[in-house]
Amino acid sequence: MSQELQADGFGADGARVAHKSVLALLEQPNVLGYLLMLPTAFVIFFFVAYPFGWGVWMSFTDKKVGMAWSQVKFIGLQNYVDLVTRDGVFWLTVWNSFVYTGVATVIKWVLGIWLAVLLNRMIRFQRLVRAAVLLPWIVPTVLSTIAFLWIFDPDFSVINWTIRRFYSWMGWGYVRGPLWLGDPTLALASVTFVNIWRGTPFYAISFLAGLQTISPDLYEAAAIDGASGWQRFWHVTLPGIKPITVVVLVFSIIVTFSDFQIVYVLTRGGPANSTHLFATYAYQVAMVGTRLGIGAAVSLFMFPVLALVIIFQLIYLKREQD
Amino acid sequence: MAQSRVGETFAKRLIVYHLPLFFFLLFTLFPFYWMFVTSIKSTHETYNREINPYVPVDCAQTIAGQTRALSFNGSALMENCFYHWRTLLRDTLFLRWLRNTLLVAIVSTLISLFAGVTSAYALARLRFRGVQTFGLLIFITYLVPPTLLFIPLSDVIGDLPLFHRNLLNSPWALIVAYPTFLVPFCAWLLTGYFRTIPRELEEAAMIDGATRIQAMIRIVLPLAVPGLLSAAMFAFTLSANEFLYALVFIYDNANKTVPVGVVSELIKGDVFYWGELMSGALLGSVPVALIYSFFVEHYVAGMTGAIKG
Repeated sequence: MSQELQADGFGADGARVAHKSVLALLEQPNVLGYLLMLPTAFVIFFFVAYPFGWGVWMSFTDKKVGMAWSQVKFIGLQNYVDLVTRDGVFWLTVWNSFVYTGVATVIKWVLGIWLAVLLNRMIRFQRLVRAAVLLPWIVPTVLSTIAFLWIFDPDFSVINWTIRRFYSWMGWGYVRGPLWLGDPTLALASVTFVNIWRGTPFYAISFLAGLQTISPDLYEAAAIDGASGWQRFWHVTLPGIKPITVVVLVFSIIVTFSDFQIVYVLTRGGPANSTHLFATYAYQVAMVGTRLGIGAAVSLFMFPVLALVIIFQLIYLKREQD
Repeated sequence: MAQSRVGETFAKRLIVYHLPLFFFLLFTLFPFYWMFVTSIKSTHETYNREINPYVPVDCAQTIAGQTRALSFNGSALMENCFYHWRTLLRDTLFLRWLRNTLLVAIVSTLISLFAGVTSAYALARLRFRGVQTFGLLIFITYLVPPTLLFIPLSDVIGDLPLFHRNLLNSPWALIVAYPTFLVPFCAWLLTGYFRTIPRELEEAAMIDGATRIQAMIRIVLPLAVPGLLSAAMFAFTLSANEFLYALVFIYDNANKTVPVGVVSELIKGDVFYWGELMSGALLGSVPVALIYSFFVEHYVAGMTGAIKG
């Protein structure tokens, strides 16, 4: 038996030793760690970092769709200068992006807390109601926005039908009803409304998760101290969900600021380019207007704002840890 | 928190609680009702400004008539209620788009889950050099929106060869692109989840002679199944919802996903096929909505994990 073992033992032993040393290597955090990070690092490097750098380079050129790279000229900051100094739509886009993000964020925040408090009380039909409330956020945005396109239709808007009926019922005569997507201000408001509709569930469910981490003892203590409902809300509930609020706000601001789908479906940036956000304007310039270089510059204008928000978040997290 | 507090009258509960909740539900659900009603209306009803738009009259009458006569007439029902559904399923490429969407969503979810699990485990458990930098990098990537990258990324993906053609205009373009936002997301969510699993369990296994990889696969992963499920669910919906990359990278009708197909093929210039659009919006939303309604509790838990993570 020992003979047999020796006969093929050597090779097997050698393999076993090699096998062992590979295993031992894998036990080292410095080896295993990098190995496990490899797939993610690959994706981030080749499909995020590299395209980002490529986009910065494109924004310094006059690249157009279908133009060979040998003909593309490096024009430095010309695209950026042109946008800032000669492009009226660009400044309107900047304004719209901030208004859209600011208004939508504040309203979603308020509605989200309110809804979360309501849902937190809920006992009967809890699962059903939560699922229903979440729907706007989970259903593909483009598809639900199509429903709003029909709700805001210039001729067949259900809102206008209801307004008309209400007017004639009150005896106030005929009214056509507003053109929801036809007037620049109203169109921006409509687009913002849809964003609020889609985003509120995300706030509510996140805040609900936050509410559930607040100890009931705090409420009892506050009640014993004679705090009213509002006081408990201000002094227990709001501070209790503050950590989640920061995360939710940062995430939501980024998503709202870089939004594309709602505006694309409802107005395509119209009427007369008055409702563009950075993303839709970049698409318009690059994909419809075929000017890739300027389009890349438009979307890169989002970067400083996003970077600021991310840095704020990182500082906040760091401070919380210490 | 109790459902009815002592000393609270019914009137107060109604005003503070039931009414607001009712309006919230109206607010969230109305567009879905609207999709449904429009999808089962006959075309002449849809374009008549005088009749009440809230009710699908033809369809309701057909159903009421058949119920009264106790006779089922499938073809009348089809003509008066499900005409647009049939047109959508039979005369457009909707089912093809649905197949593309599912293919892209499933494959990119699997890829992202794999990369997410490995890197999340490393970030949560291993102390290697640069671990914090990696964590930061993943977090930042998670927050980079697709709208910042789509122009150069279409160039980059256009340069990747696939069987002597380029990747653009095939589902593979999306399968390659979607991990850019799914991988960081899964990694972030799962890192938080792995941290909630006690270290002692793995350490005990390793003292008993298991290697680290064995401990990870046999001890940690089974415990992390709820986290993996919510990551998969999130990733699946994120890819099913994605619009911009699918709009830019795919041009052939047959290769489109549901959101892009519905928007670009059922709206032709100034002509809107409203019945079909609404049917498409409704049927395209159903798979995602179903998944969620089954897992909504998981979802809240996963969200808590993601936020704490």
